Amino acid sequence: MTDKRRAELTDGTVGDSAAGAPTAFLEVRDLRVHFPTDDGLVKSVDGLSFKLERGRTLGIVGESGSGKSVSSMAIMGLHNRRNSKVSGEIWLNGEELVGLSPDRVRQLRGKHMAMIFQDPLSAMHPFYTVGHQIVEAYRVHNDVSKQVARKHAIDMLGRVGIPKPDKRVDDYPHQFSGGMRQRAMIAMALSCDPELLIADEPTTALDVTVQAQILDLIRDLQQEFNSAIIMITHDLGVVAELSDDILVMYAGRSVEQASVEDAFHRPLHPYTWGLLGSMPRLDRDRTERLMPIKGTPPSLINVPSGCAFNPRCAYRDLNGGKSETDRPELVEVEPGHKAACHLPLDRRREIWDTEIRPKL
Amino acid sequence: MSTTDNATGPTATDRVIPQGEVLLDVDNLGKHFPVHAGLLRRQVAAVKAVDGVSFSVRKGETLGLVGESGCGKSTTGRMIMRLLDPSFGKITFEGEDITRMSQSRLRPLRRDLQMIFQDPYSSLNPRQTVGAIVGAPFRLQKIQTENGVKKAVQELLELVGLSPEHYNRYPHEFSGGQRQRIGIARTLALKPKLIVADEPVSALDVSVQAQVVNLLEDLQDELDLTYVVIAHDLSVVRHISDRVAVMYLGKIVEVADRNDLYERPMHPYTNALLSAVPVPDPAKREGRDRIRLQGDVPSPLDPPPACRFHTRCWKAQEICKTQEPPLAELSPGHQVACHFPENTTVSATDAVAQSAVSPPATDLPTPSLRKE
Repeated sequence: MTDKRRAELTDGTVGDSAAGAPTAFLEVRDLRVHFPTDDGLVKSVDGLSFKLERGRTLGIVGESGSGKSVSSMAIMGLHNRRNSKVSGEIWLNGEELVGLSPDRVRQLRGKHMAMIFQDPLSAMHPFYTVGHQIVEAYRVHNDVSKQVARKHAIDMLGRVGIPKPDKRVDDYPHQFSGGMRQRAMIAMALSCDPELLIADEPTTALDVTVQAQILDLIRDLQQEFNSAIIMITHDLGVVAELSDDILVMYAGRSVEQASVEDAFHRPLHPYTWGLLGSMPRLDRDRTERLMPIKGTPPSLINVPSGCAFNPRCAYRDLNGGKSETDRPELVEVEPGHKAACHLPLDRRREIWDTEIRPKL
Repeated sequence: MSTTDNATGPTATDRVIPQGEVLLDVDNLGKHFPVHAGLLRRQVAAVKAVDGVSFSVRKGETLGLVGESGCGKSTTGRMIMRLLDPSFGKITFEGEDITRMSQSRLRPLRRDLQMIFQDPYSSLNPRQTVGAIVGAPFRLQKIQTENGVKKAVQELLELVGLSPEHYNRYPHEFSGGQRQRIGIARTLALKPKLIVADEPVSALDVSVQAQVVNLLEDLQDELDLTYVVIAHDLSVVRHISDRVAVMYLGKIVEVADRNDLYERPMHPYTNALLSAVPVPDPAKREGRDRIRLQGDVPSPLDPPPACRFHTRCWKAQEICKTQEPPLAELSPGHQVACHFPENTTVSATDAVAQSAVSPPATDLPTPSLRKE
């Protein structure tokens, strides 16, 4: 119990002081999203803090159930307050979102923040044409006639690379291929020039060649609109291509935050090492064996005590059982590089240099 | 940290590819799904899911089948398993033609031919215990095991890294990775000779994916298995396969040994596929030559004539629209179906071009790579 209290106190104060509006464009402080269920309280996100500036891309990586999507849905205000408990602070452009009225959040959604979902087929309404859905979103935030909105929708579809947008605007989602649907959804998300764009596994359902097209598109559009982007994915390759900073999540908490260079070349958390070692890579010689992380991701109802990663960690015995009792805090170990691990920093650097990196 | 790009020398640790006998041979195999329309439900068209593929798999090797969704790789796998009846072509397994074999004659063969499915959630019956699921092959084939079925099942569970106590549990009590292991245990029950694995790891998380990939490799060494692995993830395929076949719109466009294919891809499509894979290294983000294919894969209802890739190919010439390039062996063990292959010697290029047109193609177009 005391352990958790302390975590609450310190986690929120990472970075600048907890009081008042922050200077960053988006700042999340000690975000918690809990779902009460019959089996117990599911702590999907349990104390997440990060900052993001405009024009930057933050990649959130982690396995399924680590809380990546749940935290982004909390930013968008998409959790049903009746079956979830959201606490903490989310500051977007000087406005705190967690305590805001649903009406105000609706005004912000679309105009100031927008989301690209993983599965475009289920995120789009099958009953309305693609154009209709973009027009609808645009007219909510802009007082324009249907004709003007339709022209805007055609423009947007053309911008994201849909061929013959003036014809395809009247198509239904099922008439589009998977890649085109994802483009149409990006067009919809971008139709009101949002300042914050959250992309939740935007390319996971797509083939590599189409994925490359979509990543290029997101990169180009970011330069054009200077948006802040949160890129949620489990594919480390996608993150490396697109992100400026990386946040690694495990069991609802952030275990490492760093610039993309640090995260890939000098990671300081055993879980990040595990992710890098699990992945077969085309840019290296083929390794004889992959180095998986043993075990499976933990249940979010019974999160392991101490460090949530300890049952799967190969180095937990190196600090006298501390990993099993105390939860490590996310501390800034180098400028701009935070990690939550009990292992002494020098030891971690040594393990990375001598044991992990040579085998990748 | 290696600084070389995709091109890497052959490694000393490579497994020696067994040059043994051919276990499975597929010859000009195809599957057309009819499309019916109108009042009389007349056939108006056909989805040419697989349109004449040929390859063979030797004993003990792993053949990877890669391609984008809709290229026919899963349909090919299902035809090998005879879960789908081929429209044309021939499948030979252990020297026996199984293309039109009746289900009753096929049944004994099912022991030797098994499949691992993609989705560990829908491929296990939720109302059966793990024991019943893994023991089903013994019951169906009426096989007597030495110490009873239960013992055999428990041994299988241990083999795939589960605990024998899991015997009486139900699938919903397991995570995705564990479920996939249950599926693998069922597949292994009758000691098959050939396993067709259709996207065996794509539904799993990265850390668990690596566990299952390692498991498949260990089992292959231990039980002398032959795999046909169908996957869209090029890095997984490179890791697991000895030879790789690349499919595009129902055709095989390139087959080669793993190292050959990944280091010297000859077909433009293979080049495009490989260059589209995101590299998990931010240092290589800048200045990488990336081939960007335009548009989507054409519909298999009405595939482009001749070379099917010509609509998206940056090297396409007139000949590509009129004459279909044959799958030709340009270097030992490396077959490509392209009029203007890359990464090959000039003479080989000429040979292909000459076989297609009478005057030898001279100035080949240079690949228009867009620098980022």
